[in-house]
Amino acid sequence: MNFDPSHSTRSFFSVGTRPIRPDGVDKVTGRARYGADFNMPGQLVGRILRSPHAHAIIRKIDASKAAQLPGVKAVLTAADLPDLTHGDAAMYDILDNCMARKKALYDGHAVAAVAAIDARTAKQALKLIEVEYELLPHVTDLDQAFAPDAPLVNDTIFTKGVDPKPDRPSNVSMRSQFGHGEVDAGMAKADFVVERTFKTEQTHQGYIEPHACVANVSPDGTADLWVCTQGHFVYRQHCAQLLGLDTSKLRVTSSEIGGGFGGKTHVWAEPVALALSRKAGRPVKLVMTRDEVFRASGPTSATSIDVKIGALKDGTIIAAEATLRYSCGPYAGSWAEIGAMTAFACYKLENVRTVGYEVLVNRPKTAAYRAPSAPMAAFAVESAIDELAKKVGMDPVDFRIRNAAQEGTKASYGPVYGPIGIGPTLEAAKNHPHMKAPLGKNQGRGMACGFWFNFGGQTCTDLNIGMDGTVSLAVGTVDVGGSRASLSLVAAEELGIDYSQVRTVIADTSSLGYNDMTDGSRGTFSSSMATISAARNAIKVLRGRAAQMWDIPVEDVTWEQGQAVAKGETHGNLPKLSLKEIAAASGTTGGPIAGHSEIVADGAGVSFATHICDIEVDPETGATKVLRYTVVQDAGKAVHPTYVEGQYQGGAAQGIGWALNEEYIYGKDGRLQNAGFLDYRIPVCSDLPMIDTQILEIPNPNHPYGVRGVGETSIVPPLAAVANAVSSAVGVRMQHIPMSPPRILEALEA
Amino acid sequence: MAGIAVSTIINGDKAEFLCHADETLLDVLRDRLGLMGVKEGCGTGDCGACSIILDDRLVCSCLVLGAEAEARRIETVEGMAQGDKLHPLQQKFLEHAALQCGICTPGFLIAAKDLLAKNPDPTEEEIRFGLAGNLCRCTGYDKIVRAVQDAASVMRGA
Repeated sequence: MNFDPSHSTRSFFSVGTRPIRPDGVDKVTGRARYGADFNMPGQLVGRILRSPHAHAIIRKIDASKAAQLPGVKAVLTAADLPDLTHGDAAMYDILDNCMARKKALYDGHAVAAVAAIDARTAKQALKLIEVEYELLPHVTDLDQAFAPDAPLVNDTIFTKGVDPKPDRPSNVSMRSQFGHGEVDAGMAKADFVVERTFKTEQTHQGYIEPHACVANVSPDGTADLWVCTQGHFVYRQHCAQLLGLDTSKLRVTSSEIGGGFGGKTHVWAEPVALALSRKAGRPVKLVMTRDEVFRASGPTSATSIDVKIGALKDGTIIAAEATLRYSCGPYAGSWAEIGAMTAFACYKLENVRTVGYEVLVNRPKTAAYRAPSAPMAAFAVESAIDELAKKVGMDPVDFRIRNAAQEGTKASYGPVYGPIGIGPTLEAAKNHPHMKAPLGKNQGRGMACGFWFNFGGQTCTDLNIGMDGTVSLAVGTVDVGGSRASLSLVAAEELGIDYSQVRTVIADTSSLGYNDMTDGSRGTFSSSMATISAARNAIKVLRGRAAQMWDIPVEDVTWEQGQAVAKGETHGNLPKLSLKEIAAASGTTGGPIAGHSEIVADGAGVSFATHICDIEVDPETGATKVLRYTVVQDAGKAVHPTYVEGQYQGGAAQGIGWALNEEYIYGKDGRLQNAGFLDYRIPVCSDLPMIDTQILEIPNPNHPYGVRGVGETSIVPPLAAVANAVSSAVGVRMQHIPMSPPRILEALEA
Repeated sequence: MAGIAVSTIINGDKAEFLCHADETLLDVLRDRLGLMGVKEGCGTGDCGACSIILDDRLVCSCLVLGAEAEARRIETVEGMAQGDKLHPLQQKFLEHAALQCGICTPGFLIAAKDLLAKNPDPTEEEIRFGLAGNLCRCTGYDKIVRAVQDAASVMRGA
């Protein structure tokens, strides 16, 4: 379904308006049910015992005392979750992460679990489980793990992506390379070169709702799972495979979700809860504590990145290269590969090369975090670009405009871009009043650009028309931040009815075909495409019914603004039939009226943003204060502009936290030292200013309304924008994130 | 096991419950009284999702014992709307889209209600510091601050 260019001037009557979201009242009155808000009759409380060691062989687990404790109904170890993955290495890693099999691979790795009649008994039972560990050397630091003599995290890993295949296992699980042209020859022609190394520390998505689920396995082999997740269909697949259930027999219902940002795209404790329920014969509720969330649910990667960029005197970037190392916990993932793909995606480059190395460490399994891998790469590249602009003697915005990718540019990661918004966001930033505002003492201004792919994927939607003419839209993409409002707007737009006449619900896995996760900024993009298609299918039925009611050929009936209109000389005078009138007669014209849609949503529009940040640094303490922040981003078409702004603002705030404060701190013993919101400090209200937003709309040609995904791009530029602002304020290039007060003081004193 | 008998007033209504000596008020409200609008984000008083007003004082209910509620008045998000009429803060949070995932929203509403009770005309900075005990990971706080400003204006009758 392609964008009709005539839509550039089309006036939408629902899309682009800002109504109140359909799930809003439940959320402001406390009625909305999140993961931990659901209960079942007779449910037990599940709890997980976790390794206090970063790396250890599990010699023996004696759970007999726990099992004998009155009130304990099930005790579980890896033996109760046998390997049913049939050689699927990725699934085996998921299984091993849910419950350690031979070795504990990080502080927080699950080793046993219990289900008991209440939380106190469960807690007591955990203390009675005796685990015998044999400690192994560990490595939690990325650069140390990359060194050839580092302790081996996983002796079955041989580096992929190198030829020939290595003959020794290593902590480098994968090497990826992207680019084109002659980088070395290009670099030799450069008049100015900047070469730097940057580091970022590990951060967590920091969603406020801890992981929670209620699992109920019935003796007949059917099972239900209520869970906070970004993708209940994927959870169903993974849980069913790990437990040996038929997919159709496991029904997964997605609760309201209290934030995810990528962290709720992976199963963590859910298979354990199901296994406990199966063993105990009763429903089990399992809620992670905040400490467990930090220690044992996927944070993002720590990185270390070398960047080298060369430019000619006229400001043209002649060559660029980067080597990016991403930590990925004790299991292989794909994080460095994505970092290598996104690093130079904003620029038009003749000669470019990026190499990514994925490195295993004894830390929790990393998960996606909003535009996963892109913010760190952008930090390194955009910092170097800023420095290079200075060397060339150009304004940093003009330097970027000169080198910005445009329609027809071959992207650094391979494809050729269609119409894109990097240039327009830069022009808008250049002309923004923020750029011209005066700065005071110890203050600095920085700007940076960011890129994210967006994703489409498998999507299934049902649009059912009630006999009163109202519409119920069932979608399978979890609403993580307002998509139900957007999808109701789209259904209303397409059918030509009022927004209030549509109710969008997130269907469970037994009520709809498979849907991919709400990730990759795909929720509104893909489900709106499926909704449009479902609505058009419903309109076909509506036209047919109207034709029947009028007794005229269906070809003579069109659909205009919520009404069937008869065309042609012979019946042009027939009064129009509204959707409501056709629906009311449906019982006598052929039964229920519905539109279905099953699609692979292709053609997600890539997305770009430019951010501007003003900051003040206290030279005595190294403390920073963000004074002003502006986000300019292309939305393709903003379906609900207020929630688009919200995504921009939220991403910027997360990025500011990442840039200034947030990091995982490990002790020499390999244990996480700040597993709580007191010591892992995300930005609070008083840390931030208002965050200005400017929405640009450069239509995505592959979506009927021109929509692009907007959720993730906004976290890509802030690390670099803040770093460029701090560097400008203190006069020293900041190369290590977060720029906490001690690091700033260190840089000032160096 | 014998429990401690506690008698209290919740959202204007009398409520009685039995609890263990080590049971938090948060767990009592959620698990014994079914007031699921009170959310647990951290259990250590650092996120504000479980904010309630206890005798006119804003507290994290995860840091209060259930037994401490004896003879005290508790206000939760469930008591903010009157029938089908939302509290001005609830209405303005909706109008300004001051919530995305919504898990922090009940705590923010309670904290904002407490703030406006003590300071009906706060500056932006006073709002920001007044709500600094409540974490939101979705909105960047911008729309929350604007919603509180707007609600304050409505509540002052301006």
